[in-house]
Amino acid sequence: MIETAHATGTARVKRGMAEMLKGGVIMDVVTPEQAKIAEDAGAVAVMALERVPADIRAQGGVARMSDPDMIDGIIEAVSIPVMAKARIGHFVEAQVLQSLGVDYIDESEVLTPADEKLHIDKWEFTVPFVCGATNLGEALRRIAEGAAMIRSKGEAGTGNVVEATRHMRSMVSGIRSVQSMGEEELFNAAKELGAPYELVREVHELGKLPVVMFTAGGIATPADAAMMMQLGAEGVFVGSGIFKSGDPVKRANAIVQATTHYDNPDVIAKVSRGLGEAMVGINLDELSPEQRYAGRGW
Amino acid sequence: MTLVGVLGLQGDVREHVAAMAALGVATAVVRTPTDLAAVDALIIPGGESTTMSLIATREGLFPPLRTAVAEGMPMYGSCAGMIMLAREVLDGRPDQQTLGALDIAVRRNAFGRQVDSFEADLAMPCLGEEPLRAVFIRAPWVEQMGPQVEVLGRVTGGPAEGRIVAVSSGRVLATSFHPELTGDLRVHALFRDMID
Repeated sequence: MIETAHATGTARVKRGMAEMLKGGVIMDVVTPEQAKIAEDAGAVAVMALERVPADIRAQGGVARMSDPDMIDGIIEAVSIPVMAKARIGHFVEAQVLQSLGVDYIDESEVLTPADEKLHIDKWEFTVPFVCGATNLGEALRRIAEGAAMIRSKGEAGTGNVVEATRHMRSMVSGIRSVQSMGEEELFNAAKELGAPYELVREVHELGKLPVVMFTAGGIATPADAAMMMQLGAEGVFVGSGIFKSGDPVKRANAIVQATTHYDNPDVIAKVSRGLGEAMVGINLDELSPEQRYAGRGW
Repeated sequence: MTLVGVLGLQGDVREHVAAMAALGVATAVVRTPTDLAAVDALIIPGGESTTMSLIATREGLFPPLRTAVAEGMPMYGSCAGMIMLAREVLDGRPDQQTLGALDIAVRRNAFGRQVDSFEADLAMPCLGEEPLRAVFIRAPWVEQMGPQVEVLGRVTGGPAEGRIVAVSSGRVLATSFHPELTGDLRVHALFRDMID
């Protein structure tokens, strides 16, 4: 690779940004006031969106990128990084978000997909992207398209961690399996995963994804966050879990502490006390296949 | 044998551990005052400086960290770590605490937002002739500094030409950029040599 004197938007700069978020909690916020609460609690970044996933579920309709005024308001309100969501495949929403100066774009299955076949060509952008994935093959396809960070999808807006667990376990066991393969098996693995050989090879060598991997989708308690970290997540996205709970300030602080001390049950026990009402939560068997967001994206 | 701690509250802890390990230096992750008491030197990694300050405050780490500074513990900070080591932070949070290990005032997110983050070749004469590939991510720069602080590197070219991005004073070292992300071990080796 020829290195120029001054280069923005390189893979290293995009992936490096995610490295700086590791060990942290990224919180969904819908107003500048919520963004302040998140920042005060120690969030490493906020995700600006119009409705949290629980409300998107409840209210239905097409879910789109947020109003630029609202994103500007949140960028003004906090000094930590601001992320925002674009619909899967909606490259113009992504162009708009880049022009607004957001620090990361989430090409998200929580919004209604805009393209049933193609994701955004993320290499075209200076701003980095995070994408959801349910398994290793999906994660590597997103990375091949230019994603600089991966989050396991889980099932957003449910307050139910079971899908996040499934996707983290699937990702980690996929990585372990590729890592332990012989060189000659990697070609077939690439075919079976539906992912480029070069990336499969990289996973084989690194024993991890070539980008940072967070978890998302259903995390509602400090123990949920800590469990995902113990399962191998490098950080946590919390969507509806904080601002749909009885005491958002306390819960936000508790989830940050549980993420820092994810391997220390004494701390998790301490911060889990007296948090008030958790978000109500949905059992997954109450959702029909079309109500599941994790199936969006391919 | 020297044990180098890496402050593990948040950020790219693993990359600093890996860089020191590649130099054959033993490391330990520091999250509590007890952890801190066991190490001979400290690296403060990249991350979100306001979050790091909040968590360190909550963990009661600032008093023992300040004691370590006063006792002359060698320290190196990259990006958010540079902010933590500074005397003063501009554009930080009002309640943001720093250690004052270096007599510098740094401006947070000085180069702009993530779309302005960049990598560039950087001349650091103390590391030899070959320039260093430096990765700047929502990085700070040094805006004011005391007379005893030595400038080790400035941005060459681009919109931020001439800005101070690497400094040292005594056994404390700070860079605006992230040598831990590039595999170039020269900055970490410089720090190792400062410890001995």
